[in-house]
Amino acid sequence: MNEDLPLTAEDIAEIAAIIEASPYRELDLSTRRFRLRLARGDGAEAGLTQEWQWAGSGPEAAVAEAEHAADPDTIAAPLPGTFYHAPQPGAPPFVAVGDAVGPETVVGIVETMKLMNPVHAGRAGTVAEVIVPNATMVAKGQPLIRLA
Amino acid sequence: MIRRLFIANRGEIALRVIRTAKAMGITTVLGVSSADAASLPALMADETVLLGPGPSSQSYLDIDKVVAAMVSAKCDAVHPGYGFLSENAAFARAVADAGIRFVGPDIKTLEGMGDKLAARALALEAGLPVLPGGEAATRGAVHARAAEIGYPLLLKAVAGGGGKGMRRVDRAEDLDTVLDMAQAEAQAAFGNSAVYVERFVAKGRHVEVQLLGDGKAAIHLGTRDCSIQRRFQKLVEEAPAPAMPAEARAGIENAAVRLAQHIGYRGAGTAEFLVDATDFSFYFLELNARIQVEHPVTEAITGVDLVEQQLLVAAGKSLTLTQAMVRPVGHAIEVRINAEDPDADFCPAPGRVARAAWPAGRGIRVDTHIAAGGEVPPFYDSLLGKLIVHGATREEAVARLQSALASIRIEGVPTTAGLHARIAADPRFAAGGVDTGFLTGLAS
Repeated sequence: MNEDLPLTAEDIAEIAAIIEASPYRELDLSTRRFRLRLARGDGAEAGLTQEWQWAGSGPEAAVAEAEHAADPDTIAAPLPGTFYHAPQPGAPPFVAVGDAVGPETVVGIVETMKLMNPVHAGRAGTVAEVIVPNATMVAKGQPLIRLA
Repeated sequence: MIRRLFIANRGEIALRVIRTAKAMGITTVLGVSSADAASLPALMADETVLLGPGPSSQSYLDIDKVVAAMVSAKCDAVHPGYGFLSENAAFARAVADAGIRFVGPDIKTLEGMGDKLAARALALEAGLPVLPGGEAATRGAVHARAAEIGYPLLLKAVAGGGGKGMRRVDRAEDLDTVLDMAQAEAQAAFGNSAVYVERFVAKGRHVEVQLLGDGKAAIHLGTRDCSIQRRFQKLVEEAPAPAMPAEARAGIENAAVRLAQHIGYRGAGTAEFLVDATDFSFYFLELNARIQVEHPVTEAITGVDLVEQQLLVAAGKSLTLTQAMVRPVGHAIEVRINAEDPDADFCPAPGRVARAAWPAGRGIRVDTHIAAGGEVPPFYDSLLGKLIVHGATREEAVARLQSALASIRIEGVPTTAGLHARIAADPRFAAGGVDTGFLTGLAS
């Protein structure tokens, strides 16, 4: 699909050394495949930086990040990830409809980047509805559970 | 000879493997999830094969899909990177059954070392010291072990690595709750919920030894210190381990080589040790039978391309390096720049990177898959890139790190760069030899 990688870390270090020893502030290199900007940093302490832009690289459609209005009656996802009802497959869910919860009660888990993050109820109440099915991708702030 | 290499990984390590493979004249085929189809590694690989949707269980962790992809792409070898299936014996067996070379150790080594309990037993056989603790197959057994070794203690995933499924328990009344969490995390990360129990050492340093073996000979490439961790995940790594007498370092290195020789280790691996920060006594923790995230610090001081060594050994070559040929020069430090929110307890923060100005210059290496417009999907870990600095002395390396961190500009997602700048400016870090409690004590 393409030729060899354009520049190694050693190449970048060499070019950086040339710029540092020169009166120039930056080098801006554009090819059909990439654009590289090597420039002196802003602060007095700062060294050079490298910024790459690649033709053809970029995100697929990202997971839709819907805006959710804060609703005091719902428990929202603290972060984006996969919402689980139970601590592990086959285990009973943390809570079911009708359960009474306190602010510290764990009502589910959101798995983000391989970390299990407990979701706390945040306030006392009774579970009225589990809005999001088990093992579903959720956005940050998405309502997961409704309390009565 | 390897002609067509399948890369069963993503992110910066996929790009790292592609770089060396290309330099060796090997064609690269990258398996990607749909979330990574337009990633930088996908762009750089010679070919890509779609594995499945974003969640790793349906793509990077799906053995059948990954093996089918490398077979259909007519690859003759697979590099598993780190994490995902890299230490999965069932995967290595499926690869071997398909007539493809696995860039990693023998299946029996993966079985021995992937099971952290079996690894403890092998280390004991080789005469290495281990921490009090051990097997705990049932909830009752976990309680019994806990009562035996006392608190605080650590729960660790039997199939573990990368801190997943590892939790500290301070009080008996927390044990059940924490056990549930650790098992769930272990299940999600490794598909195996089993955990075991080990004593927690308060003033410990995490020191590891880079190993290379060809099944007959084994050598070490010196130590790395990875004591600065959060949630048992390494944040800062350096080589060699600083502020440690040469004989203490040599003792750890020799123990690691003894283990590698005992099991006839093949490929690149890392023996991890917990070292008492006060008297330098050490305990074997585990042997990671794969390339490590922090391998570049060893490459920086030794000049050895570890991925190249992996590919050569996997192709059936004997080690051409001898212990006497490994002559480390200077000091190297790596920091992990993660997409995490420092204002929200370093919660992982997926999103799109609007701008990525990485440091550049003498003694600076950046291993990253993130450029402007790069996407950090919510399905995988939060690593954006690794900044590696090398200096003639540790002082020079620290100064270079400070300057590099002052210039880094990542926009669009919050990062750990600011935290690293605070670490680099801390006098205790400058002195060297901090223990694993360092970060907790770091002023915010």
